[in-house]
Amino acid sequence: MTTVATFSIAFTRILAPSGELVAPLPAFAADPAELVALFRAMVLTRTFDAKAVALQRTGRLGTYASSLGQEAVAVGIGAAMRPADVLVPSFREHGAQLMRGVSAKELLLFWGGDERGNDFAGPREDFPVCVPVGSNAPHAVGVALAFRLRKEKRAVVCVVGDGATSKGDVAEALNMAGVWKVPAVFVVNNNGWAISVPLERQTAAVTLAQKAVAAGIPGEQVDGNDVIAVRSVLERVLARARDGGGPSLVEAVTYRLSDHTTADDARRYRDDAEVSRHWAEEPLVRLRTYLTQRGIWTKQDEETLLQECGRAVEEAASAYLATPPREPAAFFDHTFAALPADLAEQRAGMTAERRGEP
Amino acid sequence: MSEVSLVQAVNLALKRAMAEDPRVIVLGEDVGVDGGVFRATEGLLALYGEERVLDTPLAEAAIAGVAIGLAAQGFRPVAEIQFTGFAYSCIDQMLNHASRLRTRTCGRLTCPMVLRSPGGGGIRAIEHHSESPEAIFAHIPGLKVVIPSSAARAYGLLLSAIRDPDPVIFLEPTRLYRVSRGEVADDGAGLPLERSFILRPGTDVTLVAWGAMIRETLAAAQQLADEGIEAEVIDVATLKPLDTATILDSVARTGRLVVVQEAPLTCGFGAEIAARVAGRGLMNLVAPIERVAGYDTVMPYARTETFYMPDTARIMAGVQRVMSYA
Repeated sequence: MTTVATFSIAFTRILAPSGELVAPLPAFAADPAELVALFRAMVLTRTFDAKAVALQRTGRLGTYASSLGQEAVAVGIGAAMRPADVLVPSFREHGAQLMRGVSAKELLLFWGGDERGNDFAGPREDFPVCVPVGSNAPHAVGVALAFRLRKEKRAVVCVVGDGATSKGDVAEALNMAGVWKVPAVFVVNNNGWAISVPLERQTAAVTLAQKAVAAGIPGEQVDGNDVIAVRSVLERVLARARDGGGPSLVEAVTYRLSDHTTADDARRYRDDAEVSRHWAEEPLVRLRTYLTQRGIWTKQDEETLLQECGRAVEEAASAYLATPPREPAAFFDHTFAALPADLAEQRAGMTAERRGEP
Repeated sequence: MSEVSLVQAVNLALKRAMAEDPRVIVLGEDVGVDGGVFRATEGLLALYGEERVLDTPLAEAAIAGVAIGLAAQGFRPVAEIQFTGFAYSCIDQMLNHASRLRTRTCGRLTCPMVLRSPGGGGIRAIEHHSESPEAIFAHIPGLKVVIPSSAARAYGLLLSAIRDPDPVIFLEPTRLYRVSRGEVADDGAGLPLERSFILRPGTDVTLVAWGAMIRETLAAAQQLADEGIEAEVIDVATLKPLDTATILDSVARTGRLVVVQEAPLTCGFGAEIAARVAGRGLMNLVAPIERVAGYDTVMPYARTETFYMPDTARIMAGVQRVMSYA
């Protein structure tokens, strides 16, 4: 017997949970402002999450998926992407969406049940949140193929969760991306839980990064709670993708500190002790510790930032709450580019019925 | 003008669409080097190269999903699913994404794609190759569903489907691929997607059908004429959005309606047509609406498939039933 191929999966961590550097900083980190920007984006994301959950708890928002504890994944992605790139998100990348110019008001509109929340004024080509898990992966291949056909130096970031790696869509998309060498980066946001199913019952695979191996594309792990590492790894694989080097898969290992959504109660299936343990590894603490120890960040800075983020989120929430729902018949209007006769009839019928006409 | 088969007309339309619009991309299993298992994409690779004619890995859901991504980026992908029996894997993508990308984003992202797929029975194929899933797709808001029944309509409707700004399911009857032949000008003229076609005028009964059933229905109408019954034959062609007016107008003149479909009876598209006529044209009817359809069974294997599919005799029997009402 001979060995015909061997594979290994690399893991990147730069900042340990203690805030200690365990690997050389990437070039961008030489500028303290870059690190502060990452921290600010994570704090904004956490503030947004808290507000969204509060709005839901008080009946003013629909079911919401918090990204508590996973801010570094989304913010690392957002920081590594260029405006011309396209994000094909899952549903827990609020941080990346905010960084790419989706407004907090738009996000709240979406989670509040208003399609206009997906009509981003900012990143016009970004996809909306994808609720059917993993079904966004083939879209990323199509978008990336479009870039390649037009010979544009752009890349796609597609985010899926750990649960999504069990789905055929993701396997099909990874395989196709590999065959066609399209500029797509797949980020597996591995937060350990697919609602109530822990990773060890999701897959027998040791890592999710190795799903790339079968597709013939590079796969690696990154500490998903280390925003410096996430940004650094993503920048590297995105640059490779834009330069024609093909797709890759990055498994960001993080932890879902929140319930799956506001409709979920994780205490039904998960020990509090496990959650407490993971609070020690969450992404904000370690970067704050590092920045503070280096004299880059003070308690005063923190207070100012919290106030700024709070104000921004409150303003967005007010703007969202002040937005009246669409005229109901508007839900007909984007079914097709032009309303077919029978649909126009249904629209008129609904309007007439609402007016109490026979 | 030359006479071509239905599948050649599909091929001509694809060539024309690719020539007139560089955004048109053809993708699917075996569509490149092989030219498609039915040769619908023959010659495209040589003309337009592998950038625009993509042989895909064997993954139907991803073929649909990749087409969605391309379409959202402004391309006009025409994806081929080798047989409709394999298009069921695409329903998640077509239902959850293609059909609603425009709605979800208030028109910011759109999905101008075509999913072509050959189907229907009558070619003695192996199982899963003879399906008639048009009603499944027609039930999905945001999708258009088109089924040609002649070479000329295959050409004109496919061109319009490719040019359409929204996703279109284009189901091609394999049974007609080679036997249905006709003149096609190849002038790039599309046919409207929101209109049915009256193929034969008549005064006594309206026969409504689509796809491969048109051939049987026209044959039945011919025989009925010999018996002194003048049947009007309507090719629905575009099931969604449905041209209700053409059917209602016809029924207003004839007073009788027989809908012919190869698909299973229950919840078939014929039920929608019957419901619309019952709702809007009841007072014009002099007889109950008759549906001549496949049965609510699994499509039988080749040896007995002809007993499943409506044929001229069954259509005529249906017409005799509605004619028995004075």
